[in-house]
Amino acid sequence: MRNTFLLLTLLGVLVSCDGDGSTDDGDGFQRATMLKHWADEIIIPSYAHYQQSCQSLRSSERSFADAPTTEHLEELRAAWLEAYRLWQHVAFFDIGKAEEISLRNRTNIYPADTDEIKSLISTTDYNLELPSSYDAQGFPALDFLLYGSADSDNDIIVYLSEPRTAAYLADVVNSLASMSSEVYDSWVTSYRDIFVAADGSSATASTDKLINDYLFHYEKFLRAGKVGIPAGVFSGDEIPSAVEAPYAGEFSKVLLQESFAAIQDFFIGASVLSSIDGTSIDDYLLHVQDRNDLSDISQSIQDQWRVADAAVQSLDDNFQRQLSTDPFQMLRVFDEMQKAVVLLKVDMMQALNIQVDFVDADGD
Amino acid sequence: MAARTSAAPLAVYRMIFGALMCFSMIRFWYKGWIEELYLLPEFHFHYSLFPFIEVPGSWTYALFFICGLSAFFVAVGYTYRLSITIFFISFLYIELMDKTTYLNHYYYVSCMAFLLLCMPAGSYFSIDAWRRAERASDTVPRWCMDALKLMIVIVYFHAGLAKLNHDWLVRAMPLTLWLPAKTEMPILGSLLQHKWVHYAFSWGGAVYDLLIPLLLLMRGTRVFAFLMVVIFHVLTAVLFPIGMFPYLMIGSALIFFSVSWHERLLERFSAWASSYVSPREGGGTTASPILSVSKSSVMRGLSPYLVGVFLLFQLILPLRSHLYGGSVYWHERGYRFSWRVMLMEKTGNAQFTIRDGQSGKQFLVQNEDFLTPLQQKHMATQPDFILEYGQYLGNHFASHGHQDVEVYVDSFVAFNGRKSQRFVRKDADLMDLNYVRLINHHIIPLER
Repeated sequence: MRNTFLLLTLLGVLVSCDGDGSTDDGDGFQRATMLKHWADEIIIPSYAHYQQSCQSLRSSERSFADAPTTEHLEELRAAWLEAYRLWQHVAFFDIGKAEEISLRNRTNIYPADTDEIKSLISTTDYNLELPSSYDAQGFPALDFLLYGSADSDNDIIVYLSEPRTAAYLADVVNSLASMSSEVYDSWVTSYRDIFVAADGSSATASTDKLINDYLFHYEKFLRAGKVGIPAGVFSGDEIPSAVEAPYAGEFSKVLLQESFAAIQDFFIGASVLSSIDGTSIDDYLLHVQDRNDLSDISQSIQDQWRVADAAVQSLDDNFQRQLSTDPFQMLRVFDEMQKAVVLLKVDMMQALNIQVDFVDADGD
Repeated sequence: MAARTSAAPLAVYRMIFGALMCFSMIRFWYKGWIEELYLLPEFHFHYSLFPFIEVPGSWTYALFFICGLSAFFVAVGYTYRLSITIFFISFLYIELMDKTTYLNHYYYVSCMAFLLLCMPAGSYFSIDAWRRAERASDTVPRWCMDALKLMIVIVYFHAGLAKLNHDWLVRAMPLTLWLPAKTEMPILGSLLQHKWVHYAFSWGGAVYDLLIPLLLLMRGTRVFAFLMVVIFHVLTAVLFPIGMFPYLMIGSALIFFSVSWHERLLERFSAWASSYVSPREGGGTTASPILSVSKSSVMRGLSPYLVGVFLLFQLILPLRSHLYGGSVYWHERGYRFSWRVMLMEKTGNAQFTIRDGQSGKQFLVQNEDFLTPLQQKHMATQPDFILEYGQYLGNHFASHGHQDVEVYVDSFVAFNGRKSQRFVRKDADLMDLNYVRLINHHIIPLER
């Protein structure tokens, strides 16, 4: 009985102990190291850049509002593009505060519902936090307002100078800026430590959550959103109006490449602050492969991405033009991105034992 | 069949089972799983023999409530026969609503509930015994104890037998994939990185499953065996997200202890509680009371035979996978209901293409429009799910105006650390197939 008691106590200790992130575990792969690298060298700096670009966007908007000239319109457009590009680097961190405030939904849901935008402009009380206004705000709405709201630049300036439109424009820009600050602040004050501390292996651990988010973004927002849906993969017919930034026109490819680069950089752990590659998914996969004679998943994924990159490179800057001249090229890009989906969602998830859900399991 | 033994062990088993099940239902509700698993999804996967079972909307909460309440009544032995029957039926219904939530653990609960249904477990140390002394008895037929023990032996035996396979023993799979991820655990965390530990756990697990029934049955090794039971199952509870299963197995193992052990336990329990549930007040004596002649005594006569057939079925059913060729882990025909617990790691991805046969137009389906992440995870690795979902998609799009709908799937699966490979033939039109044809002709064989 006493031995039982001692053994049960030992087990009880084991069961009740929580990981603390700095366990010395010899040969093991340290998820905590990876989480720290992600947080300090990638996520926080990326949010910092994004936040700054949103501030610039806001000040450009103020300049334009004070003096609506063609010059200021161009500056505003440039600031919009810069912020849109930097957004691609933080879009898949759908975790913590960003998840809480539905940052992605309020930043980049497209195609923009132009009717909704016009109707919100004409009323004075609207709430950008409601799901019904997700597709009437963010960068897609700005794309419409800055490029598609009238036929010529002069007409656009006139339209944007109308009081209600100007107010709406200011609100959309302010909302982007304040959300970016909110998320950035949460990371540098408390969330970074929470994130790094949850270094275990469960559906609620940071590694599992972020990798699930990463995959979801790759599949739904990159592969489907930027390429598949416009190319008609999910509908049988092309939908040119569903490309990213359709009104500006010439930036769809730039935004796709920016996003794709961010995804690939994250995979190898490329630091935003310096030129080093820190601990990330590729290292984790290599570690698992070494010990278990698994196939070289990391290399396969990166090789496939190189093929996809080349296919993207061959596209027109303007995806709508690409779709009207040669839609088959877009389908080719989709197929190459799709091949990587299998490697990521099947091989990688299995090798790293990423948990998908919270319910009781049976191994399976 | 006429031999009788003390009712104490059965009463203890009943109380533990009822209490754990009641707690289980509460836990399930508390974690929001009723909503997440049964109300949120618009599509559910059906068992082939029970295609008519549907989720009763918000009445599902009532279903769980009834299940939990009946479990509580089973525990305290209130209107036992009725309670255990209601528990069995409601629990079974819950299980049958969606194949996605199949767990060997739930199957085990159903089996045990069925066995308890056939036994007079409410006649001792229960509210029934207290209220109606003429129905109380401090003995039960001996076959009851034997049946429960045999059920547990069968489960461990088949679980152990299933572990005698190449991946488990020679490649230490899937533990090699599962254990190293647990780096954050104190003490164990660093140990789990080493390959020899993966082998130790694999072989240890197989040896445990095969030997523990024997060790529990033999009086001399019983205490040691129970210690092993506790260690083994607590370890699995710590390492894997398997819910109540470990505690149920630990509780079940108590049935192997001696009659006097159980009687002492109950004495201590009633001394601690109050005299309300004292067995002596129930009027039970060592001689069994005269039971009124009624339909129930016919059932009483039939019960041991019913249980016997059931246990024989349990012994044989897991072997059905041997009737089919190929790898049961790969095509999964005969995988369920065979006590293959925590035995493999399969991950998959299934991308469906809908083709309008008349216009020739085709498009892909975004699964998240129809399935939850959990359903997608299970669907992508199991042919019966892929078929049912594929045909559901076909019918869905047909009803939206598409003609001569054809459904194809780009399906890839990785199994126990092997590189992902195509699972279903990409030229197989799911609308044209049934389950048997899919399994026999359109699943690409596993590349070893």
